[in-house]
Amino acid sequence: MVKVNRMALKKKAASQAGKKVKPKTSARTKTVARGKGPAAKNLTIKVCVGTGGLAAGSQDVIDEFGKQLKAHGIKAEIAKKCVNKTGCRGFCAKDVIVEINQNGSTEVYQLVTADKVSRIVEEHIIGGDPVDQWLVGPDYHAFHDKQTKILLKQCGQIDPENIQAYLDIDGYKGLKKTLSQTPFEVIEEVKASGLRGRGGAGFPAGLKWEFCSMSDSPEKYIICNADEGDPGAFMDRAIIEGNPHSVLEGMIIGGYSIGAKEGYIYIRAEYPLAIQRLEIAITQARKRGFLGKNILKSGFDFDLIIKQGAGAFVCGEASALMRSIEGKRGMPRAKLWRSAVKGLWDKPTVLNNVETFANIPLIIEKGADWYKGFGTENSTGTKVFALTGKMKNTGLIEVPMGMTLREMIYDIGGGMTGKKNLKAIQTGGPSGGCIPAEHLDIPVDFDSLASVGSMMGSGSMVVVDEDTCMVDLAKFFISFTQHESCGKCVPCRIGTKRMLEILTRITEGNGKEDDIDLLLELGNDIKHASLCGLGQSAPNPILSTIRFFRDEYEAHIKYGRCPANACKSLRQYLVNAETCKMCGKCSRVCPSGAIIWEPRHKAELDKVNCVKCGACYDACPFNAIL
Amino acid sequence: MTENNLKVTINGREVLCSRNETILDAARKADVNIPTLCYDDRLEPYGGCRLCIVEIKDVPRPVPACTTRVKDGWEVLTETVEVRRMRKNILSLLLSNHPNDCMRCEATGNCALQTYSYEYGVDGDRFAGESWNLPIKDDNPFIVYDPNKCILCGRCVRICNDVVMAGTIEMTGRGFDSKPDTSFGKPRTLDNCEFCGQCVSTCPTGALIDKKGCGKGRAYEMKKVKTTCSYCGTGCSYYLNVKEGEVIKVTSDYEGPVNKGNLCIKGRYGYDFIHSPERITTPIIRKGDKQVEATWDEALDLIAKRFGEILEKSGPSALGGFSSARCSNEENYLLSKLVRTVFKSNNVDCCARV
Repeated sequence: MVKVNRMALKKKAASQAGKKVKPKTSARTKTVARGKGPAAKNLTIKVCVGTGGLAAGSQDVIDEFGKQLKAHGIKAEIAKKCVNKTGCRGFCAKDVIVEINQNGSTEVYQLVTADKVSRIVEEHIIGGDPVDQWLVGPDYHAFHDKQTKILLKQCGQIDPENIQAYLDIDGYKGLKKTLSQTPFEVIEEVKASGLRGRGGAGFPAGLKWEFCSMSDSPEKYIICNADEGDPGAFMDRAIIEGNPHSVLEGMIIGGYSIGAKEGYIYIRAEYPLAIQRLEIAITQARKRGFLGKNILKSGFDFDLIIKQGAGAFVCGEASALMRSIEGKRGMPRAKLWRSAVKGLWDKPTVLNNVETFANIPLIIEKGADWYKGFGTENSTGTKVFALTGKMKNTGLIEVPMGMTLREMIYDIGGGMTGKKNLKAIQTGGPSGGCIPAEHLDIPVDFDSLASVGSMMGSGSMVVVDEDTCMVDLAKFFISFTQHESCGKCVPCRIGTKRMLEILTRITEGNGKEDDIDLLLELGNDIKHASLCGLGQSAPNPILSTIRFFRDEYEAHIKYGRCPANACKSLRQYLVNAETCKMCGKCSRVCPSGAIIWEPRHKAELDKVNCVKCGACYDACPFNAIL
Repeated sequence: MTENNLKVTINGREVLCSRNETILDAARKADVNIPTLCYDDRLEPYGGCRLCIVEIKDVPRPVPACTTRVKDGWEVLTETVEVRRMRKNILSLLLSNHPNDCMRCEATGNCALQTYSYEYGVDGDRFAGESWNLPIKDDNPFIVYDPNKCILCGRCVRICNDVVMAGTIEMTGRGFDSKPDTSFGKPRTLDNCEFCGQCVSTCPTGALIDKKGCGKGRAYEMKKVKTTCSYCGTGCSYYLNVKEGEVIKVTSDYEGPVNKGNLCIKGRYGYDFIHSPERITTPIIRKGDKQVEATWDEALDLIAKRFGEILEKSGPSALGGFSSARCSNEENYLLSKLVRTVFKSNNVDCCARV
């Protein structure tokens, strides 16, 4: 990818300098392409068919490419082979992304729709002249060049539904190496790499494996947690959709090291594409002898079962997930025993996240020292983040641990959309906290995030600007955790409900003087007394927003005012007679007839009929609505 | 057997424990009382009510006593100011979604929530908010379920699934709306419930109540009479709760060597016969077409006479004995003695062979 980017950048630089430089191969392409058939042999069109891509219409784009290539006489079967489906490239904001490799030159298009295909085929594939206006711009390169892709490197490049594509990039090489080593050596390598669990808590993966390998139980299990539930997180989905074999290989290596013969992939049923690709991958791996009895003639037996989750957020918690696999209600179990001693079916079990497993083949193949070259001392390697919110380049990124939030948001994410400034970054989903703008320069690793009251979580990052009310944001997350609480322990079941009620009354202007103290006391109790990670981290969004944005809470309670003007009940709209230019736009958009306006008269607002929808505020071109 | 080699102190009292024991076990050894709502000796520790949280010296956060195994050298403190404050808040949260109707609640005087609320001086209004107003389920002859009083300790669900293995009830719903219920909220019938009343026996509040004893007396008014169940040969023991000479209900005897507090439908609810007007209280002898009440002497004389006649006329093989599973071992022994030594017959059997 890097190579491609550089080429494209060069071209961009040249075109900016006023010179129209065609790709080196263009002349040749032109002549050969006119010969129809032969050109197609050197042609590969890669279309993103991750969930993001499909949602943006990539299937239509693929169909259209097929149609167009056929119509232009490029043989159908060649066309079929040359249009490749690939996983997510991460730059979801500009989907559908299409990469065209022709005779050694590569161009990437963004925001492709079916109706753009015919021009691309005619001008670029046949004419040899890329359609400059649709090519990716500098933000695409900024987005990709600052990343360090080791896990996502192959996502968007290889065909996830074809095991050969994975084998061609040295896939299953780590497994072959593993089978020539003792389990002890493999575990030592993983330990030496410093890999910490990517599910959120950051427990060293090697240690977990070691605990489990020490048990002499004949039955052990290895589980991959693909029940990705954080709002705005889709790292695991992208890895499975883009490169499912890497997860499989990691699990087989894990199974070999701890002595498990069976593994489960617990994946949420809301990921049908990922499930389908996993099923294909497992079938193909079985056929090639990477799964099943006597794997690669080593005498090691291992197989995988896919278990679909029914959508409970709490089933992402390890012990609840195991209960769910057992067919019971997904409720966390008290930690009387570690799961490395008594886990699934009361047998020693190792559970890791998708991303953790995807790291394993690379660590085994390239060595712990190579892996430690990325990241910081205590948080090694890279981490995949899902950037969402009020940012220009939303999508999926992979960066080395220890990169600052500022770099991630401004360099990769391209900064904020709109005029408003960044206010906070919510990391770690509903379990994490809000980090205010003044902490933008903290490095993103497990320990630094914890020091500011947030957490790594699975890697979702929601960027909010000044239009977002922090009390309202905390309310959103606590209502999520309250809804998803399993109901087992009192602090989480009733405590989060009461916190939600307190926040609701604050955002409605009915907050009481001591509500902040009550929230702090209740929050700390829930944090300390809850049974599982869901409850223990549920108050984080509230505690961290009180810590950094206490003034907003106070403004709501004491002055009945929402500083971000986001809490509907507290909104007060007024027409500023001085700046009103009598255009009447506000009156036309008002759904409840609350704006009284006549031509050549200043608008007036009828507070009785106003439903506080904010349409007038958005519509006024002169900022005369306050 | 694991060795008792871990030294643990509970509020300064030193006890020796094994590695399988929890802080709660250790506290019991040290004779220290830790409040619990979701704990029942018959069940696996659950860790749901969080009332048993304790502090351990040099451990950063409080831990639940029921689900934490002891470690050597731990100094456990069960009554610190912080722990008591947290327990009080937990009880306040529970009371914030609990009807304040102790005055007419069947469980008054026998309710763990009431006891602890009193002990900790809990103010139910502190976290006042939305509370349940769900219909009371009174759809069967034995068990009344008032979900509003449920504190979700999960004891009924666990005893139903783990001990009785009936699978009648399970936790349903999520978040604040979760509660134990039958599948799809269907009424309890013999199709889905055994009516063993185990759920009622373990409920720490008034959410599950024995219907037959409703309104007939408070726990402290009852005289508890320990007895052995007369229905089968298992020999379960239980307490008859007697008020003014009337058996009001049956409660569990947790020390019962056979059943450890567990009972089936017969033992728990099959006591109607005690006060039934139709109960036969004297022997009855058939005279012609009529059945006439008689004394025990008359009846036994008649039996001895008739048996003697049969024996003389047709020999020992004409007689036999068949005893009931409801008889005790001693009674069964006596019957076989009678048949073998007096009748001189080997025709003896009992229905307790299943």
